[in-house]
Amino acid sequence: MTAPVPASEPGHPLADRQIALVDLLDRLLAGGAVIAGDLTLRIAEVDLVRIDLRALISSVNANVPSPFDDLGPDAEEEVAP
Amino acid sequence: MSTHGAELMYTYAVARAGCRPPDGLLGVADAPVETVAEGALAALVSRVPAADFDEEALRAHLEDMAWLERTARAHRSVVDTAAAEFCVLPLRLVTVHRDARGVRQVLAQRAEEFLSALVSLDGRMEWGVKAYVEDPGTAKPSVPASGSARQAPADGSGRDFLRRRLAHRQAQEQSQRRADELARAAHEALDKIAERSRLHRPQDPRLSGVSGRNVLNGAYLIPRDQAGAFAGLVGELADRSPGVRIELTGPWAPYSFTQAPQPSDPGGDTGAGGAG
Repeated sequence: MTAPVPASEPGHPLADRQIALVDLLDRLLAGGAVIAGDLTLRIAEVDLVRIDLRALISSVNANVPSPFDDLGPDAEEEVAP
Repeated sequence: MSTHGAELMYTYAVARAGCRPPDGLLGVADAPVETVAEGALAALVSRVPAADFDEEALRAHLEDMAWLERTARAHRSVVDTAAAEFCVLPLRLVTVHRDARGVRQVLAQRAEEFLSALVSLDGRMEWGVKAYVEDPGTAKPSVPASGSARQAPADGSGRDFLRRRLAHRQAQEQSQRRADELARAAHEALDKIAERSRLHRPQDPRLSGVSGRNVLNGAYLIPRDQAGAFAGLVGELADRSPGVRIELTGPWAPYSFTQAPQPSDPGGDTGAGGAG
């Protein structure tokens, strides 16, 4: 085993030294050719982005208060009459 | 025969047969990267313990941020190292087969599609452009220095409060509209000189740890010899978009462009499931 590396800093869970993990996950989870082979995980076909980011957000939420607490769901763009 | 306790084959990318990863390249689980060839194609693979990569284990692992990060970085390292040497078609994270035979089967079955994807990606790299605006919502609405905020809201201060909230909200909406316009304009300009583009979902600041609202998260496919021109345009856009922070990332292997272009698809949306 290598020395334990803290996977995340409290305030910046996915901010990283080299390449930001969020940028990486945008590409590796939403991009890349999807192959369904014999044992290829059905999981790869499931919407990984959903599994992962939702799980991550909830794990992050515990430490980081949301700046958007009182905004409610993302405001739709309002069309002025 | 049983594959009990065995190893599985993690697949990173597809390339043309004959392409060889640099010696000593290690993949996830620190195993050496090999190639599995079939016809005109080769897959970059490495062996991984089934105990960590079969379906059930994966489900658990994917919720573990440290594991996800390790695996994603190892995956990228293999794909990008290879992409620096030859054209690759990156595969999605955690594409795992039972053995080389399974990999070869996929290469054979989808040979035509993979070869044409390789042709369309040859000599191109992906660049990422993100734009952020400082969200007035993250700054506290300024309270006039009368001290009223501290007192129990009397009638008048209650109304003041509501008025401030309304003004605050309107300012937010206005800045959001303006930011969306800037993002759209920036994307259009970049899209014009890119061969292809794709919009990823804006990033959640709680995940990125970056300040400001992410209004553009685009990926652009650019011929290698035009990388300088593209970076120049990004710089220009940054100069003429005051109040917007623009970031360029890359070059990336063409992760966002592995699917054949779809003419009428506005992009950005990961549609539900393929058409089989």
